[in-house]
Amino acid sequence: MSILVGASTRVVVQGLTGGQGTFHARRMLDYGTTVAAGVTPGKGGSVHLGVPVFDTVAEAVREEGVDASVIFVPAAHAPAAVVEAAEAGLRLIVCITEGIPVHDMIRVRETLRRTSALLLGPNTPGVIVPGRAKLGIMPGPIHRTGPVGVVSRSGTLTYEAVHQLTLLGLGQSTAVGIGGDPVIGLSFVDVLALFEKDPETEAVVLIGEIGGTAEEEAAALLRRGFSKPVVAYVAGLTAPPGRRMGHAGAISSSGRGTAAGKITLLETAGIRVVRDPAGIGRAAAEALNA
Amino acid sequence: MRIHEYQAKRLIAASGVPVPRGEVAATPELAREAAERIGGAVVVKAQILAGGRGRAGGILEASSPAKAEAAAARLLAKPLVTAQTGPEGRVVRCVLVEEAVDVERELYIGLTIDRSRAEYALLVSPQGGVDIETLAAGKPGTVLEQTIRPAAGLLPAHAERAAAALELSGEASGRAKDIAAALVRAFEAMNATLLEINPLVLTRGGRLVAADAKAEIDDNALPFHPGLRELRDPDEGTPAERAAAAAGLSFVKLDGDVGCVVNGAGLAMATMDLVALAGGRPANFLDIGGGVSEDAVARAFGLLASDTAVRSVLVNIFGGIVRCDLVVRGLIRAAHGSGVSLPVVMRLEGTNVEEARSLLTASGLPFALVPDMETAAREAVRLARAAGGPR
Repeated sequence: MSILVGASTRVVVQGLTGGQGTFHARRMLDYGTTVAAGVTPGKGGSVHLGVPVFDTVAEAVREEGVDASVIFVPAAHAPAAVVEAAEAGLRLIVCITEGIPVHDMIRVRETLRRTSALLLGPNTPGVIVPGRAKLGIMPGPIHRTGPVGVVSRSGTLTYEAVHQLTLLGLGQSTAVGIGGDPVIGLSFVDVLALFEKDPETEAVVLIGEIGGTAEEEAAALLRRGFSKPVVAYVAGLTAPPGRRMGHAGAISSSGRGTAAGKITLLETAGIRVVRDPAGIGRAAAEALNA
Repeated sequence: MRIHEYQAKRLIAASGVPVPRGEVAATPELAREAAERIGGAVVVKAQILAGGRGRAGGILEASSPAKAEAAAARLLAKPLVTAQTGPEGRVVRCVLVEEAVDVERELYIGLTIDRSRAEYALLVSPQGGVDIETLAAGKPGTVLEQTIRPAAGLLPAHAERAAAALELSGEASGRAKDIAAALVRAFEAMNATLLEINPLVLTRGGRLVAADAKAEIDDNALPFHPGLRELRDPDEGTPAERAAAAAGLSFVKLDGDVGCVVNGAGLAMATMDLVALAGGRPANFLDIGGGVSEDAVARAFGLLASDTAVRSVLVNIFGGIVRCDLVVRGLIRAAHGSGVSLPVVMRLEGTNVEEARSLLTASGLPFALVPDMETAAREAVRLARAAGGPR
């Protein structure tokens, strides 16, 4: 088991024939992911990287039975791509695209309420089940199969945490990027609930950062009771208020969304929060052995 | 992107929110002429991209055009230091000359984004003119928060609750409902992430008018809306921040002495935190991004080298999409070109790290390559200390 993605997941890559799509779809295929179809409007009927290309997601569903999508479409067209994937009945949509206006995402979320699709991102590195499937842009070789679920708002910081775990011999059940934008699909709370039910996951590493209330909501969930040890790190203790730190969603203002506030709430919920980002792996190992 | 008060007022006025009659002036003479056209008493308001202007003397009353000219002369072309600007302040490039409003009561109305629900949050309080977070923290219950689904817009029931929360009745209540609806339209049209009228003034004549307006526009919307893009103040940020933005780098100047070059926003913040944990202070946030070029890396290093507060540089790269060798090539070029011999500590991991190591060795540059980021941070802090104060 794993969460969100399994060995039977059949993937469609929206924007397969573009530069980003080509680059990352090739690596997804190399990793063993079943990329069964690509979608590029106007290029239906062609074959790219040995994968059949369709004009629409609905055709890819009908012809190839895909159930998950990875989106590499530019920000101007990505909101429509998400909606198209959801309306075609896909179960999981991973939107890698960065730079989507937040008002566009609000409209997308409104539409998604009418479907059963789960959205990861936008502005996410994606999701990986080590050894089985990679739906995203993370470097595959740093991962290994194991008991730790990883969920994060960041990209490279997630790779860092995964790398630390792997060096300590701790593999990952699933590593999930929820995205660095203010309005995203699945939240920490949603992913934690999935990890709670996943028998392969024995501990969870949660990587938050300044801005918004996702960590606060996670703390509330964890406080109500969670059967597995959780280790957290929240980036941005030294970030100045009112300044956007790279990610569109990483901004604190007027004392809200600060790293210190999030850390306090997580600790109040009984979660071990490490201050040292180089110590995430060690803390997870200790939590598992405790 | 924060925009000026006069810009925010133009945008909300276009959606139907009443604002005081006013004009923007860049010289004292133009301020006098504006006051003459407006007639009667005016206020002269410094236009800077920071709050706290009133207490800092950035908002002056003037009972005549001559006094408006004098007020503008006091404000223009000088830095205004407020609680939000930092000690250097912000230079006032223009003032807003506006008709003075006779205040019966000051109210608050604002919109923000409820990130978790993916909806708008309409905030309303009968007590305006103060910081809304302070108000909410000090007197819970004085701020009404109403979530609005953008697809449905402001429902009559929402407007009713808002007007009641403002403690308005009769004609003023009707006007408040119209303002709430207009504000929701403006919020969407201008791709705002924050839009506040504080205070919304109830005049002695029973009118409602936006005496101040504050707006933040979603940076991600700017590429798609040229009209919004034009609102950017070319003076916003430090020169280094503007140069970084032009190079496609995400850069925020901080007040420490350890320069940071990192790929990824989360790792960049974590690197700053590590520097602090090691007893040092980061000089900046810098995310070189995923699609970075060798040239942009060189420019990033150049930015740090040109900052005399920077005494050591910490490079922390976890290569995924970004190749370690590309980063090293950029750094080598910059180090050779800048003529500045800053101590550099590097931690490289991931894609093409071996090639990057060979390049470094071959370059003959005294860059220290360390195995993990904890060691890298400690070493960078030690080197900054050893170098002493600013260059």
